[in-house]
Amino acid sequence: MAEVLQRIGLDVFFPEEQTCCGQPAFNSGQWQEALPVAERFVRVFATAETIVCPSGSCTAMVRSFYPELLANSPLRSDAEALARRVFEFSEFLVKVAKVTDVGADFPHTVTYHDSCHLLRELQLRTEPRILLRNVKNLELVEMLRSDECCGFGGVFSVKFGMISAAMSETKCGNIDATNVEFVTSCDSSCLLHIGGILKKTGSPVRPIHLASILAASPNSSTAARRVHS
Amino acid sequence: MTTAAQEFLRKADEKSFDLRHRKTIRQGIDSYESAHNKGKSRFSDWEAARDRCAQIKAEALSRLDQYLIQFEEVVTSRGGYVFWAANSEEARNYVLEVAKKNNIKTVVKSKSMVTEEIHLNPLLEKNGIEVWETDLGEYIVQLRNEPPYHIVTPAMHLNRSDIAKLFQEKIGGVQTNDPTQLVALARRKLRQAFFAGEMGISGANFLVADCGMIAINTNEGNGRLCTSLPRIHIAMAGIEKIIPHLQDLATLWPVLATAGTGQHLTTYCTLIGGARRNDEVDGPEQFHVVLLDNGRTELLDDTEQRDVLRCIRCGACLNACPIFRNVGGHTYGTTYQGPIGSVLTPHLRGLKEFNHLSFASSLCGACTEICPVRIDLHHHLLQNRRNAVNSGNRPWTERLAFSFWRWMMLSPRRFRFFGWLGRKLMKAVRMLGLSGTRLDPMYKWTKYRAAPDFPAQSFREMWMRNHAANR
Repeated sequence: MAEVLQRIGLDVFFPEEQTCCGQPAFNSGQWQEALPVAERFVRVFATAETIVCPSGSCTAMVRSFYPELLANSPLRSDAEALARRVFEFSEFLVKVAKVTDVGADFPHTVTYHDSCHLLRELQLRTEPRILLRNVKNLELVEMLRSDECCGFGGVFSVKFGMISAAMSETKCGNIDATNVEFVTSCDSSCLLHIGGILKKTGSPVRPIHLASILAASPNSSTAARRVHS
Repeated sequence: MTTAAQEFLRKADEKSFDLRHRKTIRQGIDSYESAHNKGKSRFSDWEAARDRCAQIKAEALSRLDQYLIQFEEVVTSRGGYVFWAANSEEARNYVLEVAKKNNIKTVVKSKSMVTEEIHLNPLLEKNGIEVWETDLGEYIVQLRNEPPYHIVTPAMHLNRSDIAKLFQEKIGGVQTNDPTQLVALARRKLRQAFFAGEMGISGANFLVADCGMIAINTNEGNGRLCTSLPRIHIAMAGIEKIIPHLQDLATLWPVLATAGTGQHLTTYCTLIGGARRNDEVDGPEQFHVVLLDNGRTELLDDTEQRDVLRCIRCGACLNACPIFRNVGGHTYGTTYQGPIGSVLTPHLRGLKEFNHLSFASSLCGACTEICPVRIDLHHHLLQNRRNAVNSGNRPWTERLAFSFWRWMMLSPRRFRFFGWLGRKLMKAVRMLGLSGTRLDPMYKWTKYRAAPDFPAQSFREMWMRNHAANR
């Protein structure tokens, strides 16, 4: 992601103080544990002009849930202001930077998985697809029910592993049916889960984050590393 | 862990990998999905229709007491009886009392989830009253001695050969798997019940305040037979079923039908205002309406989740839910299954016993996306989780784990260290060949999935190195 942002001419900073947005605890009902971590996030990014995040889920946490989690916090107004400055990567490129072609080249067949928070909390369906269609030599093959959950759901995937795995079997069946080389998405967590099931079932399809595809160009190191790993 | 939670996990384990079950449900949902999409396309503006329905129900809830009293006044002015039941027991006992007073031996029922909620049938049967479910799906699950699998399609988990086998066992004379012939057999059997039935019990899809009528939607016509042939008709409904005006049905009826089954309207849309009048030739002699609270007024008090009472029991959220599709309706162990059941049941039957359902979700939001009355279902699951933690209804180990997590996340140094440790540990587990075995600390993950390939370096390490080099 950093490479792509730099390629389109932006200055990228990575505040090394950052840790987590707090979502794991928040989603587990442990709001009192999530709160200090979220407050920390607000402070760490207080001076950042724009925050770009390679995850629909983390972005949704900050944008949709911080105002609720921090409702009684002294940092509430900072959190609300921050929520307006945080963007998911594909959203930022297409809607904010107005870039739909980042000059990537990825000579492979790819299918796209709509991650739930990206789609239903942030309403982003077309942005990642626009970016993918503009990648040179990439063939995008839509799967059946691309918007059905992969079953990850954070702590859910270990607390209710059987349901989570069953959901992913259905998802991976739809991925396999497209006969592509790669499945991509805007959330690493979905890809981690999907990848785990694909590998277990011996599927040749490999997971890759959208950012890694967009970073790929004939002379790019990231893409080569990802593709050949 | 509570008994209900243990039972849920046991059944979920059983059903999640039951491929026959998965296939049967998939087929059912596939045909629902295509009908639902077609149904929505018949609206000039489906989203506006959803908004309108949400507004109607919100208005009804905002003056629930007034509309209910208005409904009662109109019903009683026509000679009907209205009974206010605070809980299941009061509701059940009222029905039994009416049955006893009128010497009732046989009851015919049209589909009603509220009677499931209050466990009416066992009480009537215990008192020697024969009870017939007359909705085909309900009849099938009654023959199997099972609760409904799905609030709208109670026998969704069965295919035609399951049903043929069941009918052969319980009724006899089945020669084929042909649905038409199976339906004809059930119809002949149920006709006998209708003629024997002395009391009809129905639900109500809506209670219309301004005209004091109940609205019932069915597809088999059994609702009309149940409410017009027997001497007595008792309609049972949750208090949240009230709507202000008759004209509201102009939007609610098609939206309910579309959301429920993809139909434009259900085959039979019935309005009932009371018993037979002097100048009428048929209809029941008595008309009763039981208004059930059973925890609903407390939910009305909950400003965060009040919108749950807008629910019109269309079942769309069950169909859209990938959890429901994999674990199936019976795994929930509740009257109302799926997302609405997971949200509602803790309010009806206690957060302590039923909070696990709110955790059994990936929070994908497909339920909220499909809900025709715009209930914020998946966010309510999150709130239930928070409420369960705050009321001390979660294991102390969870609290401890997240206290540790917080400690780790409040320091980038600790975050980095534990990230590094985790990667090393996973590498060691793999090198020792323990990945996916019970000795794997990640077993809960690797039992079902291959262990992830983490890169040797984290992004942070790469960034810091490049940054140092450029400086």
